[in-house]
Amino acid sequence: MDIKIAFILLFTFPLLGFLFNGLRFKSKNYKLAGTVATSAVFLSFLTAVFLVIKLVGLEPSARAMSVHFFDWINIGDFKANASFLLDPISAVMILIITGVGTLIHLFSIGYMSHDNRPSKYFAYLNLFLFNMLLLVLGDNLLVLFVGWEGVGLCSYLLIGFWFTDVEKAAAGMKAFITNRIGDAAFLLGLFLVFQTFGTIEFSAINSLLPTTPESGWTGPITLACLFLFIGATGKSAQIPLYVWLPDAMAGPTPVSALIHAATMVTAGVYLIIRMSGLYMLAPDVMMLIAIIGALTAFFAATIGITQNDIKKVLAYSTVSQLGYMFLAVGVGAFVPALFHLMTHAFFKALMFLGSGSVIHAMHEEQDIRKMGGLKKHMPITHFTFVLGWLAIIGIPPLAGFFSKDEILWYTYASPAGSKILWILGVVTAGMTAFYMTRLMALTFWGKSRVPKDVHPHESPKSMTIPLIVLGVLSFVGGWIGIPHVISEFLPGHIPNVLKYWLKPAVESINLGEVNMADEIMGMTLSMAVVIGSSLLAYFMYVMKDGLADKFTKALAPLHNQSKNKYFIDEFYFAGIINPLIDISKSLWLYIDVNFIDKITHLASDFATGCGRGIRELQNGNIQRYAMYMSFGLIVVLTFILMG
Amino acid sequence: MFSWTLSLVIFIPLFFALYILFFAKEKNAKWYALGFSSSVFILSLRILRDFDIGTASLQMVEKYSWVQAFGINYFVGIDGISLWLVILTTFLTPITILGSWTAVKEKQKIFFASILAMETTLLGTFLAMDAVLFYVFFEAALIPMYFLIGLWGGPRKIYASIKFFIYTMFGSVFMLLAIITLMVMTTTLEGGAMSASILDFYKLDIPFVGNTLINSQTLLFFAFCLAFAIKCPMFPVHTWLPDAHTEAPTAGSVILAGVMLKMGTYGFLRLVLPLFPEATAYWAWLMMLLAVIGIIYGALVAMVQPDIKKLVAYSSVSHMGYVVLGLFALNHYGVTGGLYQMLNHGVSTGALFLLVGIIYERTHNREISKYGGLAKAAPWFTIIFMIITFSSIAVPMTNGFIGEFLILMGAFQANKVLAALAALGVVLGATYMLWMVKKVFFGTDGELVEKYRDKLEINKREVAVLAPLVVLVFWMGLLPGHFLKWSEKSINHLMNNKDNYYLTYENKTITQDKNQFAFVNKAEDQ
Repeated sequence: MDIKIAFILLFTFPLLGFLFNGLRFKSKNYKLAGTVATSAVFLSFLTAVFLVIKLVGLEPSARAMSVHFFDWINIGDFKANASFLLDPISAVMILIITGVGTLIHLFSIGYMSHDNRPSKYFAYLNLFLFNMLLLVLGDNLLVLFVGWEGVGLCSYLLIGFWFTDVEKAAAGMKAFITNRIGDAAFLLGLFLVFQTFGTIEFSAINSLLPTTPESGWTGPITLACLFLFIGATGKSAQIPLYVWLPDAMAGPTPVSALIHAATMVTAGVYLIIRMSGLYMLAPDVMMLIAIIGALTAFFAATIGITQNDIKKVLAYSTVSQLGYMFLAVGVGAFVPALFHLMTHAFFKALMFLGSGSVIHAMHEEQDIRKMGGLKKHMPITHFTFVLGWLAIIGIPPLAGFFSKDEILWYTYASPAGSKILWILGVVTAGMTAFYMTRLMALTFWGKSRVPKDVHPHESPKSMTIPLIVLGVLSFVGGWIGIPHVISEFLPGHIPNVLKYWLKPAVESINLGEVNMADEIMGMTLSMAVVIGSSLLAYFMYVMKDGLADKFTKALAPLHNQSKNKYFIDEFYFAGIINPLIDISKSLWLYIDVNFIDKITHLASDFATGCGRGIRELQNGNIQRYAMYMSFGLIVVLTFILMG
Repeated sequence: MFSWTLSLVIFIPLFFALYILFFAKEKNAKWYALGFSSSVFILSLRILRDFDIGTASLQMVEKYSWVQAFGINYFVGIDGISLWLVILTTFLTPITILGSWTAVKEKQKIFFASILAMETTLLGTFLAMDAVLFYVFFEAALIPMYFLIGLWGGPRKIYASIKFFIYTMFGSVFMLLAIITLMVMTTTLEGGAMSASILDFYKLDIPFVGNTLINSQTLLFFAFCLAFAIKCPMFPVHTWLPDAHTEAPTAGSVILAGVMLKMGTYGFLRLVLPLFPEATAYWAWLMMLLAVIGIIYGALVAMVQPDIKKLVAYSSVSHMGYVVLGLFALNHYGVTGGLYQMLNHGVSTGALFLLVGIIYERTHNREISKYGGLAKAAPWFTIIFMIITFSSIAVPMTNGFIGEFLILMGAFQANKVLAALAALGVVLGATYMLWMVKKVFFGTDGELVEKYRDKLEINKREVAVLAPLVVLVFWMGLLPGHFLKWSEKSINHLMNNKDNYYLTYENKTITQDKNQFAFVNKAEDQ
């Protein structure tokens, strides 16, 4: 099969799925809609596998396949073609997107079985997938941006899927507008890149990169990187633009799994990995990214500790984990960032789907204070959730351990890293362990607090199979990136597959001489913190009833801050949005109506006479009107000719 | 080849307007209007067929002496700059007529005759190559619009129509004076005779002094700019537009937003940029600044409008700000984007006014707060509205994105700070549109939706009205090359000869005026 045909198929399947379900959006046949949509994505996945196998067959240094579809914008020197590039980075991405995507589509069939508009839901989901593929396969910044805005659009539509609830519609709007702030910056970054390099094609930019990094904040590359990063903070929910992601949980839970955990929100990380060569030339921006990433990871984790909505906990956890990924790219750990992106896609998708299974069983209840003891009702959901839990808190040999450890190690050892950020990272790992254990305890373990009239039950197979597959992936997914220091002790010396795979495509920072003892020490320390925090949480929420409440009371001021998310939303409203609305109203009233129009009225007072005359013109006599019209024309013509 | 195409396209609508007015039966008026305007559209496709995209010269020229003493001619011609505006006009007119099918119940003859007469004046403006002829059409366009607002308008129609008239006339007076000055200046050219030909104006070398206002080029520049700025409209002379739109019937709003505003931006492109190169370059910052203020101001004020039509009207101020920003960026990207955005705005804002009109026809109310939950009551209507919304807020793969992107890129190369401010408009644009969408379409059912629930869905005729616009949204967004290639040569020519612009035409026609300069056939004028 020709490569180009494979590319076309990759995009066409989800697009056809979208059209099929989109055109019969009123249909309530969830089985048909779901089967078509899931098959579309699955076929896309098979095509992706085919393409990646082709790619593996190439020489490591020549692993790039590009196809040109058509010229899109071609003006002057500016060229943005509908062309696509499959290289080691996008290969990893399309496998995650279509693979995890297939599982989530499958899960959705059961989850949306009671919904009024399943066809519409699946249509949006397929459209999202199409755009996500555009995003990661585009061979230039503008095609990437098309996908970037496209996924944002689908996210808007899906968050507000149950639009009759005004809060959900508002959440969708908030997501789109917050993202737009980032997108505006993205565009400026793109312009700077074009102005600096005369092209926006990734391969061309990479071949034009200067050899010495810029210093200071005013260089064109630094500014370009800065603006693109601001774009990334919007899409990937980093400080200060993270506020939309927790609200985005208003959408159906599988959407949260697919868009707001596994794929779309990682687009910002992908962008920076894709431009890693450029970012290496802007060390100041890299430092900023690392700081923002670490702070986001830390603050989101502190909020996650006190949330009582199962999806909100997972949402803040996502923000926090994305923070880790930005910390990684900031310290030059591009490969570990992509590694964590992948493992996170597995275990966070797993936990979101697991929470979906729980919510489904609890009849749309999301408050973990009304759960507890669900273990015995939902064994499969519980078991897979445990795998996700162990993976995210980083217990070896589960996936999250390897990727998170790698990030922490780079933060510690990289010349672009810092010990303070490392400490922040380790503390965050401890908090992650705490709030995730709390979530497990309140949801699945301990005494049941389920209301009498709710009878939780295990979900149907179409929902548990994706959970099992993701559970397996969360377990073994990390084994493709086992660090040297561990593989030393393993039989057979398992190589760090991911590192070798990505090497030709991704920059990597040189760690220099490293001390293996340091690496093992760091690993041990963070393990100790994680296990300690987990045990503390287990003790507080399972073994000692009431201890958690005492703590809450003792730390009331802190607890309040965290529970209310540090009042950031309130601050944005009071400090930016409301003043803006007030300003707009006064602009309208004072400038338009009372100033400019006042001046005009002076002129129109002058013409009141005309006004009176004109009123008389309207007497309903058509011949008269016609006469006036022709008369007017003649008058104007004469006037002009005389002039 | 002797071509009458342009004159036919210009005057057939007027001819049929008069026919409808005097000979048609009241109930047949709309059928005639639809038939006639559609045939004009098909006729205008002949222009596309005959248009040569390989040249920047004026094509299909017709020239007859009109007032010989002053060198005034009936002189029309087309090039890459006017081409799409002409097609846009002939395309939107039948759509507008079909869109007014049931909305207009009284005085149908004069209503549809006005729309056709309107078409003539708009086409004339875009095709006139004689400054006086241009002025005549530019002014004559006011009359049918005045009638549309004054006779079929809302409760404050008198106020709105007078305001509209006075504003525009005010600007035009200065333009007229400027045209006369330029005509007098042409006597200094070779041959010594007075000429009103825009092509002769281009040959003038008008004295310019940079740091003062009182010099001929600067004064002429501002005289034209004022007329065109009012027409666009640009901040701060935009306040006639919201009133005119709110009071105008749907058809009036569609033509006003879709085509009439472009008379202003077209004027910048046809007259201001090439005629006054030094003044344009010197004062470009001011025009860009006002454009950016317009973008942000229009968006902010749109955000707080209680009336949905007024919201769309203020959004026009914002969108037309983008057009002006692009034009005065004075580079390929900006000007191409500006021209493209003119067409986009015609399509998307035209469609928005049609959509608002459709819902108003059912509920007779445009207050945003009285809606809510429309998405459930009228899903097909909602889908179309959403697509147009995405076009309006420039989501990629729609037409709006191409225009806005090119404009911002052009502006960025001209002035980074202003471009960054204009990029704020990207955020604000999404804000006012999506906020309105949320309040009108989502949430619980509003009182109007409850009252008219079963009548709200769009009907087949309305789908037929909107379908071509929806197709264009994607066509223009995915394959901009299909459209831009027609204008490429003309824009390149304008940008490459900024300081010394000239326009030629192949002298195929019989010129009756003996005082004309001999035009050299310069097809390869690059």
